[in-house]
Amino acid sequence: MTVIEARGLRKTFGTTVALDGVDLRVEEGRILGLIGPNGAGKTTALNAILGLTPYQGELNVLGRDPWTERDQLMRDVSFIADVAVLPRWVRVAQALDYVAGVHPRFDRAKAEGFLAKTSIRHASKVRELSKGMVAQLHLALVMAIDAKLLVLDEPTLGLDILYRKQFYDSLLNDYFDRSRTIVVTTHQVEEIQHVLTDVMFINRGRIVLDCSMEQLESRYLEVMVHPEQVAAARALKPMHERQVFGRSILLFDHVDRHQLAALGDVRTPGIADLFVAVIGNQAGQGQGVLNEY
Amino acid sequence: MNTESNAMPESPLESQVIAPAVISASRRMYWSVRRELWESRSIYIAPLAVAALILVGFLISTVHLPDKMRAALALNPLQQHALIAQPYNFAALLIMATTFIVAVFYCLDALQGERRDRSILFWKSLPVSDLTTVLSKASIPLVVLPLLTFAITVVTQFIMLLSTAVLLGSGLSIAALWTQLPLFQMSLMLLYHLVTVHALWYAPIYSWLLLVSGWSRRAAFLWAGLPLLAIGIVEKIAFNTSHFGAMLGNRMNGGAEAVTAPGSFPMDPMTHLTPGHFLSSPGLWIGLAIAAALLAAAVRLRRYREPI
Repeated sequence: MTVIEARGLRKTFGTTVALDGVDLRVEEGRILGLIGPNGAGKTTALNAILGLTPYQGELNVLGRDPWTERDQLMRDVSFIADVAVLPRWVRVAQALDYVAGVHPRFDRAKAEGFLAKTSIRHASKVRELSKGMVAQLHLALVMAIDAKLLVLDEPTLGLDILYRKQFYDSLLNDYFDRSRTIVVTTHQVEEIQHVLTDVMFINRGRIVLDCSMEQLESRYLEVMVHPEQVAAARALKPMHERQVFGRSILLFDHVDRHQLAALGDVRTPGIADLFVAVIGNQAGQGQGVLNEY
Repeated sequence: MNTESNAMPESPLESQVIAPAVISASRRMYWSVRRELWESRSIYIAPLAVAALILVGFLISTVHLPDKMRAALALNPLQQHALIAQPYNFAALLIMATTFIVAVFYCLDALQGERRDRSILFWKSLPVSDLTTVLSKASIPLVVLPLLTFAITVVTQFIMLLSTAVLLGSGLSIAALWTQLPLFQMSLMLLYHLVTVHALWYAPIYSWLLLVSGWSRRAAFLWAGLPLLAIGIVEKIAFNTSHFGAMLGNRMNGGAEAVTAPGSFPMDPMTHLTPGHFLSSPGLWIGLAIAAALLAAAVRLRRYREPI
């Protein structure tokens, strides 16, 4: 089942093009990481999917048009749009009451169960909680909703590493099953790499890379080249080169593993390095910056 | 993959199919209104505080009450009534004025506050339509506050009456007090006034404030007043008339002529009430149509609104 399908999605703010004809398709049971630099159009894309902003082009989320049917769509979609969007005046118990009051798929007992594992008290107001606790509370509310699609836009921004790790751990252990779909954006790419099934790079309103993690692992390889082999390695046209401790690390797209093994230590690149390579090349071409490629 | 997960006994998809929970529109509305009361506690704290102050002041004033009553007995019935009813009407007026001010400030913040603190992103993540949200906010000045004003005023007046009866004790003028103070009739009058003026007649005012609150990024108070002032000024310069200002003035005065017979105060005896006249006055219906249009615009606007 296709959860999200977009064709020619476009969105402009005045003369700024935020989304420039985006085509994307997300199937059920995937965990998609949407990765891009600031201002790339990630949030705009998610806002369009969530019915928070009008758009041009075709967009279908769980069979609905998000812009005209947001309220019905939200029975099957949950989202955490940002850290700290819970109103500061609300008490924990009130937040539970309200969501239970308006959401047909909210399981209050489940939310209470998640909260019991934290130090959040029912009588506390959101303003009295730490940033990490607010994120825990929001996650507890969202995980207790039996939604088909969960969208997370920078859900852990500004949280310390313990909270961040806990956040994704509980998401995977207590929430995700293969019938749910998660779309997440974050700047802490490495931390979610092991969580994702699919990855999508977005830059200047366009999708520049869209593949599953398996495809990514078979397609891209990174080689820490022996110093004497650098010239030979460069002849294979790496897409990116960087220096670490005096050694050259070259990133290749569609080059045979055995061929590369002769040049140095081969491994699967991290998403962050691949991101820098793909986006960096683009930026370089666009702005005329000199680079190896 | 779909079939795979459905095969699992504890699959959430299955429980969904078995028990598709449905939440009625009225239940969403109820929780949305409760939400407003949680957020803006001044809705009930302010009138309650004023009522408490009135009671304190009134209790202190009862020291002079026996003298006042004796003096009152010497007057003719009309003056007697006016003298005795005066503090009760004053209490009603004060509480009404308080809730009106609360309503104005509530409306100006209602659709701006949620954007300012970014919580609109949380509210929009729940299956509640913009229509429900805006109507729940509009119901505070149009329904909740008039009813609350009525309840608090009636209780306050009743406590005032009870305390005088207890304090007077002697029985000297209790009879006069009770006959001169038709509390039940006064309550009905109050309810009539609240429904006609505060809810129906003022509806376009509150709707305008809500729309401005949804539209402006800051200084909603200024945006609510300045365009109206500008229209008045342009009209004055262009045509040297002030119909717009007169119209606004009439709206603010509660359209006294439409609600009650000319020359009488809304709190006067019931014979002066003219509900038929009120319901057939074009001012009421034009006002309600404008209110509906403004609210529809506010609903539409909220769909487009993002955090400030």
